Amino acid sequence: MSTPRPTESMVRICSLYPDLLGTYGDGGNATVLAQRLRWRDINVDLVSIDAGRSVPDSCDLYLVGGGEDGPQTRATQELQTSGALRRAANNGAVVFAVCAGMQILGERFPDMDGVDRAGLGLLDCVTVRVDRPRAVGELLTHDAAVTAPDGTVRPLGTLTGFENHAGRTIPGASATTFGRVEIGEGNGDGTEGVINGSVVGTYLHGPALARNPALADELLRWIIGDAALTPLDDSDVDALRADRHLAARAHELAPQRSWRDRLRGS
Amino acid sequence: MPSRSTSLPIRSRLAVGVGRLVAASSKAVHLGSGSVIGGRAALVVNPQLLRDLTAGRDVVIVSATNGKTTTTRLIAAALAGDRAVVSNSMGANMTAGIVAALGGAAANATAVLEVDERWVAGVLRATSAGTVVLLNLSRDQLDRTQEVRKLAEAWRTCLTATPPTTVIANADDPLVVWAAQVAPHVIWVATGQDWRADAAGCPQCAGRISFTGATWRCTDCELARPEPAMSVEDSAIATDAGRVPLSMRLPGRVNIVNAAFALATARSLAVPDDIAVAGLQSVEEVAGRYRVTSLAGRPVRLLLAKNPAGWHEAIELLADPPAPVVVSINARIADGHDPSWLWDVDFERLRSRFVVATGERRHDLAVRLRYADVEHVTADTIDEALRVAMGRPAYIAGRPVDIAANYTAFQEYFERVGGSQ
Ligand SMILES: [Zn+2]
Repeated sequence: MSTPRPTESMVRICSLYPDLLGTYGDGGNATVLAQRLRWRDINVDLVSIDAGRSVPDSCDLYLVGGGEDGPQTRATQELQTSGALRRAANNGAVVFAVCAGMQILGERFPDMDGVDRAGLGLLDCVTVRVDRPRAVGELLTHDAAVTAPDGTVRPLGTLTGFENHAGRTIPGASATTFGRVEIGEGNGDGTEGVINGSVVGTYLHGPALARNPALADELLRWIIGDAALTPLDDSDVDALRADRHLAARAHELAPQRSWRDRLRGS
Repeated sequence: MPSRSTSLPIRSRLAVGVGRLVAASSKAVHLGSGSVIGGRAALVVNPQLLRDLTAGRDVVIVSATNGKTTTTRLIAAALAGDRAVVSNSMGANMTAGIVAALGGAAANATAVLEVDERWVAGVLRATSAGTVVLLNLSRDQLDRTQEVRKLAEAWRTCLTATPPTTVIANADDPLVVWAAQVAPHVIWVATGQDWRADAAGCPQCAGRISFTGATWRCTDCELARPEPAMSVEDSAIATDAGRVPLSMRLPGRVNIVNAAFALATARSLAVPDDIAVAGLQSVEEVAGRYRVTSLAGRPVRLLLAKNPAGWHEAIELLADPPAPVVVSINARIADGHDPSWLWDVDFERLRSRFVVATGERRHDLAVRLRYADVEHVTADTIDEALRVAMGRPAYIAGRPVDIAANYTAFQEYFERVGGSQ
């Protein structure tokens, strides 16, 4: 983007309610973003806000993780009461939400008792219960892209992750997605992810930004601009991505199970 | 050991016989895990076998996410100086493995049973166990098991339906407290557990648990830390009846915690402290864990760490830095298919060491180590991993290399060094 938001010399990242949401290693997304800034000599202030504490509305980027049904409902109540995340998003802060986190940022989602609840309305999507098994396993997209807040469409390559969710999410008319799913379920309608402006939701765990550094850097680009995004050594990630592409395409959920494993019941 | 079989109903005798036959033949053709498959065959012949095999015995059930195999072993050792004991001590902790272990036991032997956390209700119903030991509950294998709160709820329900005489439970794990507090008599053990990432949400009201110093309470309901009868110190256990010093061969504070549960169990079964302590102090390894051995001709020590709570304890057990370590990660069914829990482990604590990442998910581990700023390489096989680790300048010749592995990786190495179930 040509006009990044002014950031002084510090990027402020806020992990929201890691005590409630963060069940599937989503805390790793904060680690990844912070390290990709530090390795580029950009200062980062990483704050972690547990449930019950007041949420700052002045951060550059907010992370909302996945979690179980009860904590998901609790997090929604706290965010609605606080209003800080909505204010921040309306002011252009980047929000990256995973799984249960994406569901509660939408218009509606089913709570732990299956009751339809109002979400925060930051994403134009509705999450519903469906009469299908949980979506659990490797999730792989075809070549994906994200619509940046300035409207440009940015390629991301394939996206890879692990998904684990019961609900399915229907993107609304004003939302864009990352594109088509190759392996796995994603939103449930053949697409993956929901994007409205600077608010991005996904079913990708893994955590998502560790497995998809192009997506991590794109989110950072919205804050610090192109010039600051110097290249990093992602050789470990390249090896992991190659490994997970093979596994997803081979539907290799249980790699190399031996007869001995089967007898052990593993 | 005298056989119990003569006192069993005919169908159970037949079932035990079939189980032994199947176990023997499966071992003979090198299928491994002969006892489990034998137990399964026996259960086909008599589904009530577990009830028959435990009728009239003292039964102790031990369950947890972490430490149940070690604690089961320690309880068996604490009781063994006082009475006959039978135990599924090799970690075969579902009904088939339990039945296989009990098949040849003396009629009066106390059964000390490690039970998978998802199987507690079924085993409690079948055995009407008098003692239930509940150590902890944390996230493990989330893609295949129920969420942890649902596990706690299942424990709570079965302790209400089939109340044991005594429950021995962790006062510092809110999920365990919520599950165990419904039992008529609970001995609470203060473990000083400081792994809290899985316990922040109140299991009772979905409110928030607030931890202050050694204690905790829910901010929204009455759930709070119960008054402990025992608490764990550095090399002793403080109890209502005085302080019991311990000099364990098993390493680490985590094993003092496990020993406290074993001591409480021994006391509830009227075993004198001196006999129990002698038993606890005699244990050197547990189903290969902590074993110093030789793998591919190289000296190693095997450590099991299979989830964030387990790793939290395991890092302090590793050889002092800068000794290089091997970490092996698989993601088979028994491990959980999703190793994203690696991001919940504080691998930053390994920064002063060199780590060789191996196992089927070594690339996931390598990425985690990269972001933790831990110097590392990947190795395709354990043999190569050991070769690389022992070639590092920080390696001291002759010392065992620590291999920290998650479940199926650990089992693979354990079988290679001659251990088996
Ligand atoms: Zn509560």
